[in-house]
Amino acid sequence: MTDIATYNFAYLDEQTKRMIRRAILKGIAIPGYQVPFASREMPMPYGWGTGGVQVTASIIGPDDVLKVIDQGADDTTNAVSIRAFFKKVANVAVTTDTASATIIQTRHRIPEHPLTAGQVLVYQVPIPEPLRFLEPRETETRKMHALEEYGLMHVKLYEDIAKHGRIATTYAYPVKVEGRYVMDPSPTPKFDNPKMHRSPALQLFGAGREKRIYAVPPFTDVVSLDFEDHPFEVQTFDQPCALCAAENVYLDEVILDDHGGHMFVCSDTDHCEKRREEGHRGHLAPEMMEPAQ
Amino acid sequence: MDIAAQSIEGGFADPVFNAQTVFRAVMDAMARPGSVQALPGLARPPAPLSATSGAIALALCDNDTPLWLDPALHASAAIGSWLGFHTGAPLANTPADAHFAFVANPAEMMALDGFSQGTQDYPDRSTTLILQVGDLTSGTPLLLAGPGIETSATIAPARMPRHFVEQWKQNNQRFPRGVDIVLATPDGIACLPRTTRIKTMEA
Repeated sequence: MTDIATYNFAYLDEQTKRMIRRAILKGIAIPGYQVPFASREMPMPYGWGTGGVQVTASIIGPDDVLKVIDQGADDTTNAVSIRAFFKKVANVAVTTDTASATIIQTRHRIPEHPLTAGQVLVYQVPIPEPLRFLEPRETETRKMHALEEYGLMHVKLYEDIAKHGRIATTYAYPVKVEGRYVMDPSPTPKFDNPKMHRSPALQLFGAGREKRIYAVPPFTDVVSLDFEDHPFEVQTFDQPCALCAAENVYLDEVILDDHGGHMFVCSDTDHCEKRREEGHRGHLAPEMMEPAQ
Repeated sequence: MDIAAQSIEGGFADPVFNAQTVFRAVMDAMARPGSVQALPGLARPPAPLSATSGAIALALCDNDTPLWLDPALHASAAIGSWLGFHTGAPLANTPADAHFAFVANPAEMMALDGFSQGTQDYPDRSTTLILQVGDLTSGTPLLLAGPGIETSATIAPARMPRHFVEQWKQNNQRFPRGVDIVLATPDGIACLPRTTRIKTMEA
């Protein structure tokens, strides 16, 4: 017997999966609306992606190919652990290649490689309610969504401009979905917001601690909130990736020593590795690459 | 076959993986309205509940989801006990209490607004309708637009409810409240979530 036999397929019991599946269907039917669901205890702490894991566990089948990224990287603790978890409890194929994955569970990034129809992007969400830091009472935020009363969010963005001269929100930048619900895109950098707009992939969001699931169907309008005189802008970087020389991608700052040395590299490790395999070289890339294994 | 045997036979051969297959078909159909997702006959419920809608019931319904059956389905005691045995789902007293409604005869169906529409605060508390249609090609062509559809999609479900396009327009106007529809043909499904806008080809 393999050790998978000690669990139901994909860890969750069937009744839990049905409950989550019903919530996902409602989420797809009402884009941007946060569907309450009976989030379960998972064998990892809240904050490590229990919402995303429950969504993935409920949709995944034996033919799926799973990719898990954490801040764009396939090789960080969270990504490695969740990938190993599904390998163990669902015995599914895993990959780091964005194009060949059918389900991509992500913490706080959207891959640089364009997603295609048929792929599902599962976001891990810490605080699903975009209005929560403006209005702590759930009864009130629920009413605000019901009445489409989003003035408070515009006031918040306006206060940014009054204080800083520009909208200073850089991540979890609020979006309006299909002209109705204001939604938190999860703490992705606002750099990724345009990728959500009319994406061919289905986007599902799971918040385990806050017990909410929401969704953006493919080809759905996702518009970042802004003002006519302060239009939405994404981050730009002065220099290309130090390893693969990519431009117009999201970069992470990496500290190299304790004398202030640092470099900027692609946050999407799969994208960066592919480019280096193709022969692109940044100014800090090693002279000779070892041949790919 | 007596009613006791009928109510026990015909469930999923492999409950875990069959339920996943059916759910993914429904999810993909709901995410891409107008696309037809093939579904092999995984369940064998008593007639007139179709194999496709039976499979949807097995995949999504349980003791948390009151069901409503249209008169054609309600008339068969075997269907009630089949659903009861395999899903444990109670039957709803009124359509407005139902989480899922199964309709074998959509042409004779009651109005869409008789089902639960959810509330403005909780629009998810609405009924999902599973309509058994003969096919998606022989009826009035419906031109679909909205989330999940890149430009437009067309389906032509047979034997749809009376004044369906007009009723659906009202369903759109209730957004975010409203019902969602799963069209179950003998070999596949298509979905009409409440966000989908419908135009008839003639109009």
